[in-house]
Amino acid sequence: MATAVLALQGAFAEHEAMLDRLGEPWFELREARDLDRPFDRLVLPGGESTVQGRLLREEGMLVPLRERILAGMPVLGTCAGLILLAAQVSGDASRQDEPSPDQVGPWLGTLDVTVERNAYGRQLGSFHARAEFDEVGEVPMSFIRAPYVAGVGPRATELARVDGRVVAVRQGNQIGVAFHPELDGDTRVHEMFLEL
Amino acid sequence: MAKQTDTTPQERAKLNRELAQMLKGGVIMDVTTPEQARIAEEAGAAAVMALERIPADIRAAGGVSRMSDPKMIKGIQQTVSIPVMAKCRIGHFAEAQVLQAIQIDYIDESEVLSPADDVYHIDKTRFQVPFVCGARDLGEALRRIAEGASMIRTKGEPGTGDVVQAVRHMRLINSQIRHVASLRDDELFEEAKRLEVPVSLVRSVHDEGRLPVVNFAAGGVATPADAALMMQLGAEGVFVGSGIFKSGDPAKRARAIVGAVTNFDDPERIAALSEDLGEAMVGINEDEIKTLMAERGK
Repeated sequence: MATAVLALQGAFAEHEAMLDRLGEPWFELREARDLDRPFDRLVLPGGESTVQGRLLREEGMLVPLRERILAGMPVLGTCAGLILLAAQVSGDASRQDEPSPDQVGPWLGTLDVTVERNAYGRQLGSFHARAEFDEVGEVPMSFIRAPYVAGVGPRATELARVDGRVVAVRQGNQIGVAFHPELDGDTRVHEMFLEL
Repeated sequence: MAKQTDTTPQERAKLNRELAQMLKGGVIMDVTTPEQARIAEEAGAAAVMALERIPADIRAAGGVSRMSDPKMIKGIQQTVSIPVMAKCRIGHFAEAQVLQAIQIDYIDESEVLSPADDVYHIDKTRFQVPFVCGARDLGEALRRIAEGASMIRTKGEPGTGDVVQAVRHMRLINSQIRHVASLRDDELFEEAKRLEVPVSLVRSVHDEGRLPVVNFAAGGVATPADAALMMQLGAEGVFVGSGIFKSGDPAKRARAIVGAVTNFDDPERIAALSEDLGEAMVGINEDEIKTLMAERGK
């Protein structure tokens, strides 16, 4: 079997390179008919969640993917991917008007967390850190206009924290992280995902 | 534990290149009002470029074209949650300082505005915020990267609705990359001299077979098929300037171009997306115009 990488927009090629390094076969999900190919894992890459969420709906992929995740298919969501997974999404603080429902999610809504979008502000707030990741050890973390997890529901558990904020969570076979393990050359988070 | 303020210049440069990576496979749209920004975001823009006049109107109005009013840019920042970019004049580092002060996500040091300096580009390594710059060939692209650009776009010929220059620049950059990749190690020094760029960047292109930063298409993209053409030629995403808000049905055209960038190699999808878009922007052929903006800043 293979890992499907959502390739609607964003940094999907970087995840594909990580999967190549780990010898995991993969293919890209761009439209509904790609769902007919056999896959038993899913990667949701970084990018713009509003773009990816809208295209997921429009392409008719949102409901089939949600059903497969709820049935237990392992999924790794990074940054925008975490936002797509979150059961609740709160808008970003800088925004003054009321955004349309299409732009604020929730989208897949399978992960029992509340995610704060653009939680560190604009690009000047982007930063790099190293922090403990549960069962993995200290890993490098790049936060790029990143979200964080403002609330962890009873079904989810925290995996990592930076500056007191939860930045990685797990719920069964779902892993959601606010940073970009695909960018820093450290394969351990992907290895953990492939072992699910 | 690391905090934002601890970020080193090297980490900042890496984070700035990585923001461009997150924009890949996306469409960056020119907008002049908060209302247009909202339409762009709802249509699936990966980022917006805030400017007072779109290139077609700059071309029509003539005269000196400058950085936009910060108040107008802030209005757009408060309206959308996607990244907001803005343009400064080539070499005008004070305009760039102003844009950094209002926390812009990306600065476009742009030939669309009137150049402020006919010799020097901005030393972009002195800034915390990232820059995107236009390039017509590999030498220009690598010179901008040496100056600190975190993202490159083709110059194309803005405000014309004529894609010919974007095609020319994308083909040239990519054929020059293939050439550099084919060279022997001991030929890279001479190639660096020929391209007028640091040998370290030529070696990076040689080893990786690509630019060290993300490369988008820009200039003259007006239809879904234009966007698909640029993606198939190797663009990693597309800027659309005048093409959307100079057309008959901006929201529909914007959605169609977003769809075309995602499914650029699926002609049936491009066909469906191209139906009933209303009037495209009125094009001006390259040889009908007096000011070639792509000639600005080399």
